[in-house]
Amino acid sequence: MRSAPHEKVSLSLTARVALAVTGVLLIGGVFVSLAAFAYGRQAAREAYDRLLIGAANDIAASITVRDGQAVVDLPRSAFQLLALAPDDRIIYRVVGPAGQTLTGYETAPLPKESMGKDQSFFDADFGGEPARYATVIRRFAERSFSGNVHVIVGHTTLARRDLALDLTRNALFVLSITGAVIAVLAVLAVRSALRPLDNIGEVLGRRDPYDLTPIEMTVPREAAVMMSSLNGFMARLDRQVSSMRNLIGDTAHQLRTPVAAIRAQADLAAEEQDETRRQKIVERIHRRSVGLGRLLDQMLSRALVIHRSDTVRREVIDLRDIAVEVLEDSDHDVLSVGDDVRLDLPEDPVLVMGDALSLTEASKNLLNNAMRHGKKPITVGVSVQAGQARLSVTDAGQGPPAEILSRAGERFARSAASKSESAGLGLAIAYSVARAHDGQMLMEPQPSGGFVAAIILPATEV
Amino acid sequence: MKAFLTAMMTMCVVPAFAQEATAVFGPDDPKQLMTIRSTTDIAVFGPVVDAFLETQTDIGILYEQWGSNDLFALSKADCAAGRASADMLISSGVHQMVQLVNDACAQAHRSDATAGVRDELIWRDELWGVTREPAVMVYNRDLVPYDEVPQSRFDLLDLLRPDQSRYAGRVATYDIEASGLGFLFAFIDSQEATTFGGLLESLGRTHAIATCCSAEIIDGVANGQYLVAYNVLGSYALARAEKDTRIGVIAPNDYTLVLSRAVMIPRGAENAGLATAFLDFLLSDTGRAQLREALLIVPIDGEEGELEAGQASGGVVRPITLAPGLLVALDRQKRESFIRRWRETFPSNAQ
Repeated sequence: MRSAPHEKVSLSLTARVALAVTGVLLIGGVFVSLAAFAYGRQAAREAYDRLLIGAANDIAASITVRDGQAVVDLPRSAFQLLALAPDDRIIYRVVGPAGQTLTGYETAPLPKESMGKDQSFFDADFGGEPARYATVIRRFAERSFSGNVHVIVGHTTLARRDLALDLTRNALFVLSITGAVIAVLAVLAVRSALRPLDNIGEVLGRRDPYDLTPIEMTVPREAAVMMSSLNGFMARLDRQVSSMRNLIGDTAHQLRTPVAAIRAQADLAAEEQDETRRQKIVERIHRRSVGLGRLLDQMLSRALVIHRSDTVRREVIDLRDIAVEVLEDSDHDVLSVGDDVRLDLPEDPVLVMGDALSLTEASKNLLNNAMRHGKKPITVGVSVQAGQARLSVTDAGQGPPAEILSRAGERFARSAASKSESAGLGLAIAYSVARAHDGQMLMEPQPSGGFVAAIILPATEV
Repeated sequence: MKAFLTAMMTMCVVPAFAQEATAVFGPDDPKQLMTIRSTTDIAVFGPVVDAFLETQTDIGILYEQWGSNDLFALSKADCAAGRASADMLISSGVHQMVQLVNDACAQAHRSDATAGVRDELIWRDELWGVTREPAVMVYNRDLVPYDEVPQSRFDLLDLLRPDQSRYAGRVATYDIEASGLGFLFAFIDSQEATTFGGLLESLGRTHAIATCCSAEIIDGVANGQYLVAYNVLGSYALARAEKDTRIGVIAPNDYTLVLSRAVMIPRGAENAGLATAFLDFLLSDTGRAQLREALLIVPIDGEEGELEAGQASGGVVRPITLAPGLLVALDRQKRESFIRRWRETFPSNAQ
């Protein structure tokens, strides 16, 4: 069943999912790492900026005015705060309103623009190392002393860098664990998702090659689509195989009697000495051969119709076109009866979904039956009523015997074969076509006399 | 056994700053000569240097003895000029050393030896505390009756309280303007405890003496000029007490400040390799044994030692942490106001 050359194997689903997950994790990992580092730096900056501001505020709060001078009583608490960044060097400076340094490092940089804000930050250098500075402004308005005193506190950025790296490292640690968990879950999920496919493959592999019945197993919804296509495909295959088998059986069965009869006649003809009688036998052989030919035609067309009913796409067709075509074809028929067949068509199109060839063939069979077995006048009519489109052949006769009628829906009617004629077979084709089109056959006597044979199909709204 | 030692007790004239004494240790013509500037007396530290030189070959050490304020001023000027005229600084003025490190004047050194240093005695891998010297009270054994020996600052306050106290005018302590170490001790006292205010008031009321230098103060106690000296560096006091039975030493049991002389290696030091080797030696077991011998590491905390009753126990030992918090002690305005307050207490000492 599995021949390697026909199996085109593309990248496995597991590999695809693995690639996708890896890609997502890698790209996401890079982004999250960058984000984590940015976040870490931001968090460290905010944390230590607060420290700086706290220390600067401590110092600012310790400024008092004594004898018209601002005096700084440097509090130890400010340095204890700054000691939370234990390895960072500290710089501070208190600058009076006139720009004179009250205390602290003369070398400490001043904020570039003295904005009106009471608190501000800036980055600068301290003894060859990058440092961060905070400025706090304390405003004095006293009789002896007024103006703004700037308190500038700075420290180097070792602790900030350490904290940022620490935060980043922690984030990356959590991230890599999450990544590993996601990868494992993805592998498990893919395996679990693909298990039904393996099961289906296994069930199919175990199957009898001639078993075309639907596979019945519980599968996930996604696989159910594939299963139902597969089952539909097998059902079609099954129908085709069985109709093929039927066709072969029917053909053999139906051909055996006429061929045997012709052979018997031929034997007779070979032994017959009398020229006139032999001539008669030859005529009979000829007649039989013609009948046999017609039988073969019909069997072939039936096979064709049955095959098409499964395989050909349905399209919107107008039943009036079918009727006209049936009539035109009949004109070229040997049994053409010309003016004796009438057409009865409505003004508006009568639309159905169907296969034109099958329908034409079925209708032709109905017309042929009427012409061969019915009574003229014959009418080919198309009508639509309550959503039911109808193509009918009406004649003035009694219709076929009840025996044929009762068995008309079967695969084929033996009586047809026995008479070397094909009325039964034609009817069987019509039945098959009607069924394949989700329609039905109507065979009934008319209340007003005569007999109607009709194919009734669901009409299609345009 | 003893390394070759020459002491040149010469006074060299250096503009603005002057070392008190210099000595050269090691062979006559060493391949490398390392300069150490220290506030520790040559006589006290010499044996430690000798012990180090025994582990080396062809190394000499030029040892300069400085006052802590001069040493600080010189080193600060060197640092600002971007040069290093010494390979190692050792100072009891640890607040000054912290400032030098804070001003990026030091270089870092990491080794197995420095990894073992307790957190409060190391800062930035650039400053290390190598000694352990308590600030003690010294008293005259002959003149202070046993039951009056002050065990704590509170006892000292009690002795000074009576109107006609015989201790009035006979208690001495460092003059904080003249002595960097005295300033540091007094300043940390003022930050550590509220007793300091009362103590300062009592000392002022009873006309206590603020004077310079450990040796003079201990001499004064020995000859009975002073009965009690407050906040004297334990190493000197114990060294004298070994030889002089008149001197008693007490570590106050309310709390005892413990000073660790700080070592730093100036940035750009010429013989930094040698300096780090000496530092590692000072932190090693051999080095610590030598420092103990020199009484620069004084056993406290219930260890067998020379400190008498009233010994500080457990939690009351307060090591002076080598950290930027000490910068407060050097703040110009803080220092001015502290000294002003001190002056108000000791007006008699004003020059």
